[in-house]
Amino acid sequence: MRAALLVLVLLTAPFGAPAFAAGSTGFGLAGQQPDAQPPKPVDEFVPVSQLPPQDQLPAAPLLVSAYAFVWLALFGYVVSLGRRLSKVQGEVERLESDIAKGTRA
Amino acid sequence: MPKWFMPLAAINALMFAASPFLIANADYEATMGLVQKIFYYHLPSAWIFLISAIVCGIASARYLFRGSPRHDRLAYAAAELTVLFGAIVLVTGPLWARKAWGVWWQWDVRLTASLMGWMVAWAYLLVRRYGGPGSDKLAAGLALFGMANVPFVYVSVNYWRTIHPPTTVVPTLPVDMGAALWFAVACFLLLFVLLLRLRVHLEEQRARLDSLYLSLDE
Repeated sequence: MRAALLVLVLLTAPFGAPAFAAGSTGFGLAGQQPDAQPPKPVDEFVPVSQLPPQDQLPAAPLLVSAYAFVWLALFGYVVSLGRRLSKVQGEVERLESDIAKGTRA
Repeated sequence: MPKWFMPLAAINALMFAASPFLIANADYEATMGLVQKIFYYHLPSAWIFLISAIVCGIASARYLFRGSPRHDRLAYAAAELTVLFGAIVLVTGPLWARKAWGVWWQWDVRLTASLMGWMVAWAYLLVRRYGGPGSDKLAAGLALFGMANVPFVYVSVNYWRTIHPPTTVVPTLPVDMGAALWFAVACFLLLFVLLLRLRVHLEEQRARLDSLYLSLDE
């Protein structure tokens, strides 16, 4: 019985493999290319000012915002790190001098 | 602090000051135009975000299995930098997407996995801060999950349907765009090394302070 099943599986494997392969390509649909379509002819010119609002979005404020955020975030972090470090180092120095004097503040 | 720190910090500041000139001189991308220039800071930040999560995960694993406080300090420092660079990625990305895709956010695999990695890093910091005794081990376990998420974030764009550009974009960049990108990568990588060293130094000072308090109590 087992041998018969094994033979059946081996015989049907070549037919099942293409279907499995097709399924696996479906997993990576991003790699598929749609059929090339020729661009549609332009039948009218639309001025930029008449575009819908979502298409009029200027790039410059977004670009400036992105770079400003990066610089501010990095600068803010460096300042915060410097302040934390100077606070801890100040406390370490104070404790060390207290220990050297043999007293505790 | 080591002797190399200040000269390298000065070089890094100069590199960051020079980077906008290289970026401005790089060609405009054909379909996205000006807004694509966000890429030159977005991608290096994303790589540092992932590298930082890996550093945090490896240091946490070593802390869990060997118990060395040095590795714990490194993991804590790297977790904070993961949050910083993750914030940069998650803010600059939507600013770029708003113009390029027409939406601020898409719940696709890469964006969602990146957000998840960022939240894991936040969870690490919150557990360390408010978790009480033993929270260092718990946070180290969290960092392992954060590190496991990294390969998933990186390869996700190549396997799933997404509007995010795949990883194959970088090797195909023309020379001037590639030069601006790799210069920015060098800037961010050096900055990461410097900030990591400074943050570890802060943890070392805190450990020293704790030992001083203990010696006073004895």
